[in-house]
Amino acid sequence: MDCKEILEGLSEYIDEELAEKTCLEIESHLKDCYNCRVVVSTLRRTVTLYREVPAPEIPGDVRTRLHAVIRLKGETG
Amino acid sequence: MENTVPTDSQLIAEIKDGSADALEDLMSRYESRVYSLAYRMLGNKEDAEDVLQDTFLNVVRSIDGFRSQSSFSTWLYRVAANAALTKLRKKSKREKSEGEFLDEVYSVREAAHSESSLVDWSDGPAERLLNDEARQVMDEAVAELPEKYRVVFVLRDVEGLPAAEVADVLDLSIPAVKSRLHRARLYLRNRLSDYFTGETV
Repeated sequence: MDCKEILEGLSEYIDEELAEKTCLEIESHLKDCYNCRVVVSTLRRTVTLYREVPAPEIPGDVRTRLHAVIRLKGETG
Repeated sequence: MENTVPTDSQLIAEIKDGSADALEDLMSRYESRVYSLAYRMLGNKEDAEDVLQDTFLNVVRSIDGFRSQSSFSTWLYRVAANAALTKLRKKSKREKSEGEFLDEVYSVREAAHSESSLVDWSDGPAERLLNDEARQVMDEAVAELPEKYRVVFVLRDVEGLPAAEVADVLDLSIPAVKSRLHRARLYLRNRLSDYFTGETV
């Protein structure tokens, strides 16, 4: 596998969705390719960084207005 | 008296019978998730609130047609994703064209092939990687994703839905979800690499 083929499969690789044989091929390439290793580690970190950002909380006034709007809709049909 | 928490299906049956309380309960159960999805897709509180209201107004309007053999949350995410995409299309765009986006995605190929070594910023301290300025760069990078990539990335990586459910929500094949997700991630990786290292790729 060359760098281009490796790069195509990296999301499935970091998500652990690839067959063992393909993983071994990727790992064999990574052992000898520093730049692809950096892409793997920074891609993985990119995904975890986005997961670490706390979810935006729904503000209290937004929730109050939502329930008022929907209740009004229920009353008027 | 039974004290068990009603299932979504039970609440929906009560809503179909006209129960306003059941509707309140169902909204309370899901409003945070819808708001979060909308905020991540649109990037601001005002638009997220509009999408939130549009989503639940659509739910009220079409709940009679909902058949409980499919999951309510999948159906709700579909309604919410469509509301967010409709809103997004009415707005001035920060997103890249498909061509610009793909050029950026595949610049990683040349970078990996190049003689010079890439900089590995992945083990940087969390306080640096998640400071306010970095968070802003992350938000801007998501806003630049063309919508078909953004919606997949937000549902899968930010909201944490399994790929199969994202496929169901968006009426896509699982391979299409995975391919869009991968391109979105590579784009975001490149943008964060620019920021964290000052490198050009």
